[in-house]
Amino acid sequence: MVVPQRRSLLLLLLLAVAIVLPPYFGIYYTRFATQIAIYGMAALSIDLLLGYTGLITFGQAALFGVGAYAAGMLTVYGLTNAFVVWPLAVLISMLFALAIGSLSLRTRGFQFIMVTLAFAQMVYYFAQSLRNWGGDDGFTMPQRDHLGGTSLADHTTFYYVVLVLLVLVMFLSSRIVKSEFGMVIRGIRDNERRVAAVGFPPYPYKLVIFVIAGGIAGLAGALMANHAKFVSPAMLSWQLSGEMLAMVILGSANSLIGPVLGAAFFLAFRDVLSDFTEHWMLFFGPLLVMRVLLVRDGIWGMLLRVTGAQDESKDKPGEPKVDFPEAVERTTDSKLAESKPGAAK
Amino acid sequence: MTLALLVEQLFNGVQFGLMLFLMAVGVTLVFGIMRVINLAHGSLFMLGGYFLMASLTWTRSYALAIPLAFIAAALVAVVLEIVVLRPLYRRGPLDQVLATFGLSLFFNEAVTVIWGRESIPLSIPPFLTGSVEIIPGGAYPVYRLVITAVAILAGLLLYLLITRTRVGALIRAGSDNREIVAALGININLLYTLIFALSAMLAALAGIMMGPLLSVEPGAGDPILILTLVVVVIGGIGSVRGALVGALMVGIFDTLSRVLIPLVIQTNATSALVGMAVYVLMAVVLLFSRTGLFAAHRG
Repeated sequence: MVVPQRRSLLLLLLLAVAIVLPPYFGIYYTRFATQIAIYGMAALSIDLLLGYTGLITFGQAALFGVGAYAAGMLTVYGLTNAFVVWPLAVLISMLFALAIGSLSLRTRGFQFIMVTLAFAQMVYYFAQSLRNWGGDDGFTMPQRDHLGGTSLADHTTFYYVVLVLLVLVMFLSSRIVKSEFGMVIRGIRDNERRVAAVGFPPYPYKLVIFVIAGGIAGLAGALMANHAKFVSPAMLSWQLSGEMLAMVILGSANSLIGPVLGAAFFLAFRDVLSDFTEHWMLFFGPLLVMRVLLVRDGIWGMLLRVTGAQDESKDKPGEPKVDFPEAVERTTDSKLAESKPGAAK
Repeated sequence: MTLALLVEQLFNGVQFGLMLFLMAVGVTLVFGIMRVINLAHGSLFMLGGYFLMASLTWTRSYALAIPLAFIAAALVAVVLEIVVLRPLYRRGPLDQVLATFGLSLFFNEAVTVIWGRESIPLSIPPFLTGSVEIIPGGAYPVYRLVITAVAILAGLLLYLLITRTRVGALIRAGSDNREIVAALGININLLYTLIFALSAMLAALAGIMMGPLLSVEPGAGDPILILTLVVVVIGGIGSVRGALVGALMVGIFDTLSRVLIPLVIQTNATSALVGMAVYVLMAVVLLFSRTGLFAAHRG
C-alpha cells in the first residue's frame, strides 16, 4: 500500500524541517519553535482525550500550569536536575489529574465540559492565592534545570531536548492509541454504551487516559517553566485551555501531529499579527468561529487530502464523532436522511 | 462577629445568588431548548455594563441609559443568534464550545479597542445612594436592596412568562419535543431567536446592575461565567428550578465563606480556601448526584 508510506514521508519531512530550520534562522526562531513544540505537546495531550476518547476537556491548562508550578518551585528550592524535577512535575500533574478526573468523569456530555472548566478554575485560584509565590504576578526561576551534566541554558540545546521529548511523547501516544487499551478508549468515543455492554467498564479506562494526558500536559508545563524561566497563574487560565483546544481543532484532532501543527499556526498567527496590532485576538476569535462554521478540516487533514496520503480505511483525522448523551436526542430529531450509514460526519 | 454583620452578609449572599440566577437561567434555557452551550454568555454580562456606561455618557440620565443599554444588548444577541448560533444548532458540542469561546475572545478584545483596557468605575444612580437600617445596628445600602428586588421581579416575570403565556407554552413544548412544535407550524427559528435574546437580556440586566458594584472592564464576564457554569452543574443543566436553587446556594455559600473562613482559620492558605470554597461545594454535590440536584428529565 502506497498511502501509509506517503503519510510517514510527510511526517519525516516535518521532523526534518523541525530539526534543521529553527537553528538556521537564529535564536529568535529557535525560541519560537521551542514554544511551538511545548504548546504542541500540551495540545497533543488534549487530543488523546478529545480525538481518541471523545472527552471534551476545557481544563487542560490547569494540569499544564501545575507542571509548571511544580518544576518552578522545585527549581527555586535548589533541585535543578531535570532528571529529578521533570518526572516529579509529571507525577504531581498526574495526581491532580487523578483528583480532577475521578470526580469530573462521573459526569458526561455538556456537564463534563463545565466541570473540567470549573475545577481548572479552582486550581487557578489556588495558584493565584500563593502569596509567597508572587500571587497573581507569578515568580521567576533563577535558572533552567540541567540535564544530568548538560546545561540547558543554551537555547538551541534546550530546543533539541524539547523536540526529542515531543517526538518521544508522540511515539508513546501513538503506541497507546494503537494498543488494546487504545481500542477500548476509541470504542468509548464512538459508542460508550456498546463498549460497556461488551464488558469493558468505561470509567477506569477514561480515568487512566485522563491521568496519562494530565502527565503529558504537566511535562509540557515543566518545559514551559524552563523555557520562560517564569511561572504565573496565567499558565492555568481557562483562556489558555480554550486556546489549546483551538490548537487541536485548527490542526486536526484525532491525529497526534495535528495539534502540533495547530500550535504552530496559532503562535505564528499571533506573532505575525502582533507586529501590526496588539488586538490580534480581535481577529483570532472570528477566525475560530469561521473555522468551526465553514471549514471541515484542520491543517493535517488538509495536508493529507492535498497530498493524497489519506488512507480511506483508517480513522480519519478531523472532528471526532463524540458519543454524547445529549447527542442521542440530536440524531433522532435531525432528519434521518442526514445520518446515512457510513457517512462519517 | 455580630449578628448585624451576619445578616448583612446573608443579604449580600442572596443578592449575589440572584444575580447568578439571572445568568444561569439564560444558560439553562438556551441549553434546554436549543441544546447549545453558550460560553459567550459572560460577554453579554460584560456588554451590559459597557452599554450602560456608554449610554450614560451619551444621555447623562439613568432613566434613558438603562433601557438603551437593554436594547443594545438585545440587538447584539439577535445578530449573534442569526449569524453564529443558528448554524450551530445542528453541530456537535465541540463546535458549539469553540465557536462561542471564539466569540468571547472577540468581545473581550472589542471592548478593549473601543473603551480601553482600564477598568471604568460606574457610580450608583444618585436616587439610590444611601442606606437603611434593616436590623438595629445594621445599615444596608439601598442600591443593593433595589437590585435584589429587581432580580426577584425579573425572576417572577420570567416564571409568569413561562407558565402563563403562549410564548411560555412554546418554550416548554420546545424543550420537550421540538420537532412536534415545528410540525405544528410554529416558527421555531423565531422562537429560538426570542429565547436567545431573552437570555441575553437577563445577562445584560445582571451586568447593568452589577456594574456599579464591580467595575466595568474587559473580561469582567469571565469569572461570572464560570460561577454560572458551577451553578448550572449544581442545579442540573436544563432546569430553571435547579438554576434558582443552585444560584442561591452558590451565592450564599461564596459570600459567607469569604467572611467566615478568615475568622476561623488564619494562615497563609486562607485566601486559597476562600476562593476554592464554591468548587468544593460543586464537588460534594457531584459526589452525591452525577447530574446535579434538579436534572431535567429526558424522555
